[in-house]
Amino acid sequence: MKPAVWIFVGLLLILHQDYWQWDNKQLVFGTFPYALIYHMGISATAALGWLMATRFCWPADLDRPPENQCEGEQV
Amino acid sequence: MIQLWVIIGYLILLLLLGLSANRFFRGTATDYMLASHSIGPVLLLMSLFGTTMTAFALVGSTGQAFRSGIGVYGELASASGIIHSLCFFVIGLPLWSLGRRHGYTTQIQFFRDRLQSDLLGLLLFPILVLLVVSYLLVGIVGGGAVVESITAGAFENSGWFSAAEHGVPAWLASAVICGVVLLYVFFGGMRGTAWANAFQTAVFMVLGLVTFVTIANALGGSNQFMENLKIATQSADPARLSMEKMPKAVFFSFLFIPLSVAMFPHVFQHWLTARSAASFKLPIVMHPVFILIVWAPCVLLGIWASGESSGVPAALAGMGSEKLNKVLPTLVKLHAGDVLGGLLSAGILAAIMSSLDSQFLCLGTMFTEDVVRHYGGRERYSDAQVVRLARYFVVAVVLFTYLLSLILPGSVFNLGLWAFSGFTGLVPLVFAAIYWRRLTAAGAIASVLTTVGCWTVLFMRSGGKPFFPAQAFSIAGVITIPQMLAVVTIFAASALILVVVSLVTRRPEQKTLDKFFSS
Repeated sequence: MKPAVWIFVGLLLILHQDYWQWDNKQLVFGTFPYALIYHMGISATAALGWLMATRFCWPADLDRPPENQCEGEQV
Repeated sequence: MIQLWVIIGYLILLLLLGLSANRFFRGTATDYMLASHSIGPVLLLMSLFGTTMTAFALVGSTGQAFRSGIGVYGELASASGIIHSLCFFVIGLPLWSLGRRHGYTTQIQFFRDRLQSDLLGLLLFPILVLLVVSYLLVGIVGGGAVVESITAGAFENSGWFSAAEHGVPAWLASAVICGVVLLYVFFGGMRGTAWANAFQTAVFMVLGLVTFVTIANALGGSNQFMENLKIATQSADPARLSMEKMPKAVFFSFLFIPLSVAMFPHVFQHWLTARSAASFKLPIVMHPVFILIVWAPCVLLGIWASGESSGVPAALAGMGSEKLNKVLPTLVKLHAGDVLGGLLSAGILAAIMSSLDSQFLCLGTMFTEDVVRHYGGRERYSDAQVVRLARYFVVAVVLFTYLLSLILPGSVFNLGLWAFSGFTGLVPLVFAAIYWRRLTAAGAIASVLTTVGCWTVLFMRSGGKPFFPAQAFSIAGVITIPQMLAVVTIFAASALILVVVSLVTRRPEQKTLDKFFSS
């Protein structure tokens, strides 16, 4: 597992604990509670981060054939 | 009555879909339990998402937002978006690879092989079965309660079921739900389960959004959707618009709950159905987005319901904590028609049943693979016999769980949190088994026993509430330990014991390490 993935998850988890805006009742565009938009942003950022992880930190050698199967045999 | 017909129509449709998967059944145990490792990325995404989302995603989220405000999204939804995908990536992917390479069908097969310990498997089997049964109870009891609440009045003319306000009684609804799921799992196996899950996931996502738009328009009253959203939010109780009703330490401790997905036996089985490692990419990326699509509208509906103008506070006045599960059905009854009410019920049932089916199937698989074949000998039973035994065991477990649901008192959502806490206590074990060469069988067994001991003691002391400590307390006036979920203590104790006992016991054989850490 590449360290970049752990750093990304750690940062997201820190940002997730948003104690500094605990009593913020502001509405974005007069419609959406600010803290809800913030946490929806966390969800969207998580998806984006996982997209990067699957592109650039995808582990190699996962698709090795079963032990009792020849290399060229179809699964 | 319209609502009841919509629900019946939905159940018939689902049954037909699940049963049609039987036409593709290849007659082998691997096909029945793992759909012959043939599931591609889209079906894997839909079935994993449907399996991990329960009734809580629709009914519970709305009720909790009604009570505590928008913090419930951060507490469960955004946390799950990060952690579920993390579990798929760091646990699911390597387990899929090891499972394909060494031919595992269950978690216990992996642990037995990795730690060369039959005792560990023997210990884990009843623990995992009991935890899955606790989780099953949440769905069975929750499904019955939802149908009873939404169909209230359907039999008023005939005078039937007066104790259930002339709706379908919960015991009958639960029995029908179990029967439908049982039938398509029985005949369709994993392929039927995956198809039904994908269909049900689409159903509850679409119906959740339709409900959101309809109620926003009803509450706003104008013909501009965005304007209606503004009116609905501004009429909500202002205390629900921030996180202030959420204790910070409890909010933090909820981070441990989604970790439980790493040890769900039914999720493990879904992982192993993947056609290739690349099939995992779509579920890993899209899972947080799907959570957002389902949860954000439900949380907004919950805060809108808190405003007096929604009519929900008045309709639920005088009720105890059970009113939280009635927030969404009441909102729909007051502001949408009978057809949408019926469709929403179908959506809620879809969310419930898409978890039940996988849980039923995994119990049958564990029984045949970890008990019958392990102790009886792999060559002794033909594939047809194994499939038959798996089916019989599923029937027995469903019957047992259904009967248990009839005598179970109180809130099942807390029971769900306790089940998740038990699974989370086993997460250090699976993580160490994949990544830590120094893990020993003794360390693993000690960790499992610590989880069981800790869970039992805290559960008995708690009176059913999922907290430990139940109240904040101070140590010598220096450090204050805040109220938290018990899962934090269970996880920490399990991890600590696993590390300490592994370090003081003999390291595993090199041959075993070479098998699992060759790359």
